Amino acid sequence: MSQNVVVIGGGPAGIEASRRLRDLGYTPILIEKTPVLGGHLARWDRLFPEGIEARTVLDPMVADLDGIKYFTETEVSSINRLKDTWVVKLSNGLSAQVRAILLTTGFDLFKAEKKEEYGYGIYERVITNADLEDWFKSGAAPQFDAVNVIGFVHCVGSRDEKAGNRQCSKVCCVTAVKQACEIKEKFPDATVYCFYMDLRMFGRKYEDLYLKAQKDYGIRFVRGRVSEVSEDNDGHLFVKAEDTLFGKPLKIKMDLLVLMAGMAPAADNHQLARMVNIQTGEDGFYLPQSIIGSPCTSSREGIFFAGAATGPKTLPETLSEAASAALAIDRYLKTPQKK
Amino acid sequence: MIDFGYGLTPSSTLKIENVANPAFEELRQREPDVAKCIACGSCTASCSAGVFTEMSLRRVILSLQRGREKETLPMLQHCMLCGKCLLVCPRGINTRHLILSIGKVYKMEEDR
Repeated sequence: MSQNVVVIGGGPAGIEASRRLRDLGYTPILIEKTPVLGGHLARWDRLFPEGIEARTVLDPMVADLDGIKYFTETEVSSINRLKDTWVVKLSNGLSAQVRAILLTTGFDLFKAEKKEEYGYGIYERVITNADLEDWFKSGAAPQFDAVNVIGFVHCVGSRDEKAGNRQCSKVCCVTAVKQACEIKEKFPDATVYCFYMDLRMFGRKYEDLYLKAQKDYGIRFVRGRVSEVSEDNDGHLFVKAEDTLFGKPLKIKMDLLVLMAGMAPAADNHQLARMVNIQTGEDGFYLPQSIIGSPCTSSREGIFFAGAATGPKTLPETLSEAASAALAIDRYLKTPQKK
Repeated sequence: MIDFGYGLTPSSTLKIENVANPAFEELRQREPDVAKCIACGSCTASCSAGVFTEMSLRRVILSLQRGREKETLPMLQHCMLCGKCLLVCPRGINTRHLILSIGKVYKMEEDR
């Protein structure tokens, strides 16, 4: 009988790692607390930089789960060390005794309502990047009468010590540019602004997307962080920022404002970390042995990581880390047990 | 009326609420590359005139984008069309040609 490996978190990292482990001859037990596999990817419409549909990546993965035991709407109740194994008890009453556990718990989308000055949850015309993806995916038309001026606010809950998230979330810059182009396609006559602090177009073809946004879509980029948003009697928004390149404060009336909520550490990281006695960094993400040399290995024997559980990552980075985690687990399990 | 030494100061806030900017759109038609500016400031750093005057092409492009063309003439009149900015622009904008086009679109020739 093949050896079991517990994988906690059924997003792209968990699914991909499970498939790789299965291909290596193991039987992964994949645990997902929500009713569906796929994590954040399952609610996303299109992916940067080329705009391919998210489902073209996710669907083939979810269709290829033979040999993987997976449980949705299931949480981990407890994890205990027994000799050189881990005993994992699940909320569905089942338990597994394994030598290796892979944590693929991903990230939580930063709660944009925490940035009260932007008015998410207060003003109707303030939405988040995830809301916009829902809208694109469902095709449901917006409720607003006229959408002529649209703004995107970068770094909402990123690079923000006061909001408890010091890190750059990495993917929002290029997501904002992608979404700005998409919304320009839906409202060709609208004027679209992006408010950024820095534009971090680090990946292949990202800079090309930015260039296309400037040249072909006429997206207007304003360097400056939005300081506050207010509403007039008709529900339109007033957005204040400094145009830092111009050196002057700026005020624009807008019909729609999209907040680029960043990546926050998953809320249950601390609980799982306590169960297996590992550390999270002060930023709340798990600490691997080495961010550079061994990003998938924890300080405890038999505990491994993949994906955004150890910090913001793009989808391809997550998928390749899932593959390396599977290899790290394979190497660990093939190492003779200490007597 | 007695002058108490107080007065109303006009707001310095940029109001781009009336977002239509037909002159800049015309410039964009003529010089599509103007939209490619990433405001890096290479042009300004290399500018022979900018060392001694307020000329800054980065600032000129930004002012035009924000509909503040009046602010650009005092800068542009110092340009000697040497083309050094063209050599350093990382986005490959033909800056020298752009400056000539700005003059045409915004009817600045007679003022030069």
